[in-house]
Amino acid sequence: MALRKVKGNLERMFDKNLTDLVRGIRNNKETESKYISQCMEEIKTELRQDNLAVKANAVAKLTYLQMLGYDISWAGFNIIEVMSSPKFTYKRIGYLSASQCFHQDTEVLMLTTNMIRKDLNSHNMYDSGTALTGLACFISGDLARDLANDVMTLLTSTKPYLRKKAVLLLYKVFLKFPEALRPAFPRLKEKLEDPDPGVQSAAVNVICELARKNPKNYLSLAPVFFKLMTSSTNNWMLIKIIKLFGALTPLEPRLGKKLIEPLTNLIHSTSAMSLLYECINTVIAVLISISSGMPNHNASIQLCVQKLRILIEDSDQNLKYLGLLAMSKILKTHPKSVQAHKDLVLQCLDDKDESIRLRALDLLYGMVTKKTVMEIVRRLMTHMDRAEGTMYRDELLQKIILICSQNNFQYITNFEWYVSVLVELCRMEGTQHGGLIASQLMDVAIRVVAVREFTVGQMALLLDNAHVIVGPAAARSSIAEVLYAAAWICGEFSQLLANPKATLESMVRGKVVSLPGHIQAIYVHNMLKLYAHIIATAEEEDDSEMIEEVTNLLLERLPVFVSSGDLEVQERASCIVHIVTYVQKCHKHGDKVGADLALLMTGELNPVAPKAQKKVPLPDGLDLDAWINDPPSESEEEEDDALEKEIFVKADSSYKHRKEKYEPSEEELQKLRDARRAEQASNPYYVKSSALSSPRPNHNSIQVDEIPVTAIDLNVSLKIPGMTSLDKYQVVDGWQDGGKKRHKKQKKRSKRKGQVSSSSEEEINRMHVVNTDIGEMPEGAHLSDDYEIDDRPEDDPHRALDINLDEPLSPNEVLPTRTHYEAHAQRKIESNNEAKLIPSEIPLKMKTRNKKERKEKKEKTKKVKKEEKKVKKKPSRDANLILDLIDPLKETVISDKVPVAANHINGIADAKNKEKTSDDLDFWLSKELSQTPESCMDGTTKTASPSTPSSSKDDSKSKKTKTKKEKKAKKEKDRDKPEKKLKKNEKEIDTLSRNRDEYEETNGTVTQEVEEKLAVPEPQPYSRLLAEDSHIRIVYSTAAMDGVMSEILVCIKFISQSSKPISKLQLILPDSSALKMIRTDPQSELVNLPWSLDPGESKETQLSFTAEDVTIPHKLRGSLSYIQDGSSSSSDISLRLEFPVTTFLSGKTASRATFTDLLSSGQLSARSSFTLPNCPWSFPEVLEELTLGGSLAVVECVDQTASLYGRSLHGHHVCLLVKYQASHHLTIDGKSTEGILLSNALDHLKTTLMQKQ
Amino acid sequence: MMCRRQLSECQHLRCSSLDTPPTMIKAILVFNNHGKPRLTKFYQYFNEEMQQQIIKETFQLVSKRDDNVCNFLEGGSLIGGADYKLIYRHYATLYFVFCVDSSESELGILDLIQVFVETLDKCFENVCELDLIFHVDKVHYILNELVMGGMVLETNMTEIITRIEDQNKLEKQEAGLAAAPARAVSAVKNMNLPQQIKDIKLPDLPAAIKDLKF
Repeated sequence: MALRKVKGNLERMFDKNLTDLVRGIRNNKETESKYISQCMEEIKTELRQDNLAVKANAVAKLTYLQMLGYDISWAGFNIIEVMSSPKFTYKRIGYLSASQCFHQDTEVLMLTTNMIRKDLNSHNMYDSGTALTGLACFISGDLARDLANDVMTLLTSTKPYLRKKAVLLLYKVFLKFPEALRPAFPRLKEKLEDPDPGVQSAAVNVICELARKNPKNYLSLAPVFFKLMTSSTNNWMLIKIIKLFGALTPLEPRLGKKLIEPLTNLIHSTSAMSLLYECINTVIAVLISISSGMPNHNASIQLCVQKLRILIEDSDQNLKYLGLLAMSKILKTHPKSVQAHKDLVLQCLDDKDESIRLRALDLLYGMVTKKTVMEIVRRLMTHMDRAEGTMYRDELLQKIILICSQNNFQYITNFEWYVSVLVELCRMEGTQHGGLIASQLMDVAIRVVAVREFTVGQMALLLDNAHVIVGPAAARSSIAEVLYAAAWICGEFSQLLANPKATLESMVRGKVVSLPGHIQAIYVHNMLKLYAHIIATAEEEDDSEMIEEVTNLLLERLPVFVSSGDLEVQERASCIVHIVTYVQKCHKHGDKVGADLALLMTGELNPVAPKAQKKVPLPDGLDLDAWINDPPSESEEEEDDALEKEIFVKADSSYKHRKEKYEPSEEELQKLRDARRAEQASNPYYVKSSALSSPRPNHNSIQVDEIPVTAIDLNVSLKIPGMTSLDKYQVVDGWQDGGKKRHKKQKKRSKRKGQVSSSSEEEINRMHVVNTDIGEMPEGAHLSDDYEIDDRPEDDPHRALDINLDEPLSPNEVLPTRTHYEAHAQRKIESNNEAKLIPSEIPLKMKTRNKKERKEKKEKTKKVKKEEKKVKKKPSRDANLILDLIDPLKETVISDKVPVAANHINGIADAKNKEKTSDDLDFWLSKELSQTPESCMDGTTKTASPSTPSSSKDDSKSKKTKTKKEKKAKKEKDRDKPEKKLKKNEKEIDTLSRNRDEYEETNGTVTQEVEEKLAVPEPQPYSRLLAEDSHIRIVYSTAAMDGVMSEILVCIKFISQSSKPISKLQLILPDSSALKMIRTDPQSELVNLPWSLDPGESKETQLSFTAEDVTIPHKLRGSLSYIQDGSSSSSDISLRLEFPVTTFLSGKTASRATFTDLLSSGQLSARSSFTLPNCPWSFPEVLEELTLGGSLAVVECVDQTASLYGRSLHGHHVCLLVKYQASHHLTIDGKSTEGILLSNALDHLKTTLMQKQ
Repeated sequence: MMCRRQLSECQHLRCSSLDTPPTMIKAILVFNNHGKPRLTKFYQYFNEEMQQQIIKETFQLVSKRDDNVCNFLEGGSLIGGADYKLIYRHYATLYFVFCVDSSESELGILDLIQVFVETLDKCFENVCELDLIFHVDKVHYILNELVMGGMVLETNMTEIITRIEDQNKLEKQEAGLAAAPARAVSAVKNMNLPQQIKDIKLPDLPAAIKDLKF
């Protein structure tokens, strides 16, 4: 026994390891599969052994063989065994193998749940990491549900490595288990502000991907991403965010407007090509979404196009390719800007790189105009000649047709030219697009009545030269399809043929039988049409010789088709043979049947809308399976059939050519007919076949009166002024008889000449009227029906992720925890198993944690909801108590009584504000939009940033007048005593010059309505004057970007006061010892501003700073230089940026829960307070000042007392209690974790509040 | 009439359903100038046969392109569809191909390939095709630090290399004693000694030591 064991171990030593396997395969090149099957056998024996090392080795080998295409799913169980090894080395082998061959439907995955959970919770970081990576590859719905909670736990891991992976895995969890999205999302969102950039980037990645598929649910995150975008320097993340914005802007045009500037700045400043490219892409998306209403976005388009041109001209083929790709996006909305670069695009057509040529082709598609279409097509045709025998050539052919046919032949002015092009294309050998050409030919022939005759002539020529087209190479191509079109057109419009008999002869010629069946069928069918036409004409002229000749011709040739292998051909041929025989019989009796025969084919042919067939309603009481007539007892002879058809045609000829599925009653028919006529009469684009163009007997004689005025016959269309067409047509007429090719070129040339002479492209009128009707539709059906369907495939998992994330969580929305199972009887066994594996207290702990989370979340969402309606409460140090006491009812009652400054009434009287829908996002979006020079006050004047949610639509008009007014008001104000404003909007300007006392008079008269409007959703940074001279005025505002980068964002706004444009603005801001700017170029103290200021214009730039010490105030000195147009020298202004400690505070994270936690925790050791016995400000004004100027957030506010909270960039907490007594007695008590910070902050607040006096 | 025909054609073109959810990076393929796969990573499930077809098709698409043309390619019919692109780089004897959807930045992925190759270069010290042939597992582990489940995990090379080295250390630690004889054997094997050596009795270590847990 022992001996055997020793032997076994020894053998194991010589088991092949992976290297041996690889080497073996390489040494057995000839007998590879034999060698591998031998190895497979070895692996199978190895897997049967107990030793895990042996198994791991075997599994490693299997993984390699999997890459070579061998199925290894049979070893699934062994793979799991190796995965469960306690050793990292083996575990990793197992997980790798699993990630290569398992997928969500692998059955053995059921066994892995607990093992993976154990690995996820392992002490060894790399065990968890391996499990996370593996899980990302093979996660199934069950695993996602069972492990969601464990993954969530890892989000809070202390190791960034695990947090990062867990965040990414969440995306997969959401896909498989959409229910997890809502409960997990708040935590995921938190990860956007994770201190580790990798985790942050992963979170951005996941949210971007979620948002890309369901953008509307993530609109509310736009401010967060915007913040990240303006502060981050990680290009990977920026690219993702910018791409995401590209997806969001179509839903919210206001967002786009806000984005344009930072993106433009990025375009100017970045050196990373990938970032530049994505910025351009998003700017394009923005411009597409706001293509109306932004007057000056032309500059942005020009910028994009310019930058793209640089990309396209780059020698790097990749940039060239991407440049063209992006260009094609601009093309859709701003074709004019792209058309200017036609030279470049045409140049790219000659590139050696096929990808680039194809991209250029795409561009060309949108670049054509009525004026250029001929030239472009000509160039493409020459390219085709050069590109013989390649896929590219076929692509070219397709593009030519697409270019010409787009928008119902929008750019085609001369259809004869187009038909010539199509005929020319028929000569391209080996094309796969024969069907496309054919359908174009038919389309033109049907829609463009004016060139029908010309087309028919060309088709007759084609039929005559069929042998040239269907050469020896035709077998591999689909070019024979054009004969289908040719035969059909010649048959259908046989009355336009110059020589119907000759055409009939060319159709029956021997070669036809070698064509594909469906083409033969069309041939046969159209022979009948031609025959009917010839007979009818001949009878009129009493040309019995002709009749006999043609009849005999058919009777002689048709039997070939009767014996065809194709059923359709056979059926049609035998039917026609009988008809012809019947006609022959009639003629023998001397009867004239020509007219009757022609009736078989009468009726107008109209284009049918693409969805018409589907939309035909099923009439009541119709049973498609029931016999329409009684089953025929005996087969009727076909003559009778034909007669019956004639009767039917007489009754309603226009229905003849539809394949009837049911026979509507006479009433129904009449109704349908009337409806359709009414529709046609009212449709100016509908072109009736007039008597002129269709000499065929028209049985709907009534309709002749109803021919719309737009029906232009040939003579009229030729008289369009400015066209040299009459001469040209004469040339063309001659050409029809003579040599085809030579004349065609001549014609083209002459046409181009004519084009040049016409003054502008707009004046080029169509020579032919096109029936651009969408086509016939059943009554009551609309083309647009069903178009809104989600175009994602049915099983796209992202459909399930279309979940509203802004709704507050309901208590039952939690991730399933393991305790969850106990509730379900069917899960009991599983949970029992788990209980054995894991100490029972863990689930319990998790459950409580979960509950707590839930509570927190709930509170947060509650808070958000209440932002509009601020809760004010009785002052109390014991915030906990208040929390418990307050109920929603009370809140509203109390808030009704709160007095509000009267200018709020003016300020918010805007009706839009009444809409409660103006949520955070609206607020955020509108605040920047309405930023105009108004927010410029001198240093002592407090101004709130404009904050009225003004809708994007109304501002374009009102903006201009507004700025004027504001300027005026500003001047007035500068002279007047500085005043304080709480809120801004259009109307507020009117109130600017009013005395403040006036406002206060109205105190206390506030209605509830007003209170509701007093929405200060978010503390606003307020602007301070930075510098001013006679030409320019600079204001700035600061905001702490808490949690993101621990940066201070400074928004500097430049307002031109000069009558001339100001350019070359340069900021020089050297870092101080404690305050550093985040620069794109760390070496330079210069900040170049990429734009210039027009008179009256204002622009802003954003700079980010980091501070080493946030407990003391900072100052930064610098200067601005600029050049005023016209003056040769530059001017300088010195600047002094002040950063009081309140700059570093942010109240964004404030919530009642954290606030009370803080107060009760005893962390707030530092205390300080001050009193202003004679405060000149009202309580709301004080609050306003504290929240806007001091960046604090109101946590509670009751009557004249409020508690406020702020957190510094470095995590210090500051809590303030503000008490305001009737006698203008203001007391502010402060508590903080940091004494110096608190005293500095209070000092600052005190001075600002005092300044009023 | 024509339109009706076009409609039916359109219905044929409707894409068939996908088995697994689409990911941003759908597949990463490394193969040599002859199309031999050196690393395949599919983030969407395809059976083995399909995988081989995809490799073959991708190779055919990529290999016929000159080195001085752009690195983006559309038109892989088997993998993806209109939304997916092949982004590749060609290094000496190897092609590195990423199949990605439109959510990834094209230039970003090119950078990622560069990061991947540079990491390989650092880990294998002047990486060549042979390294990938014999250590495909290690290449997988490296790749797993860059891309996870079709999403870009990390792009910072220093971070990636730290993680890989950590894991290598862990592996060595675990191997410890137990691996010594195995290493000896593989060293012997590497010397390509004749088969007779199999007959020599080598001292056997007790199984207990071998399975020592660390």
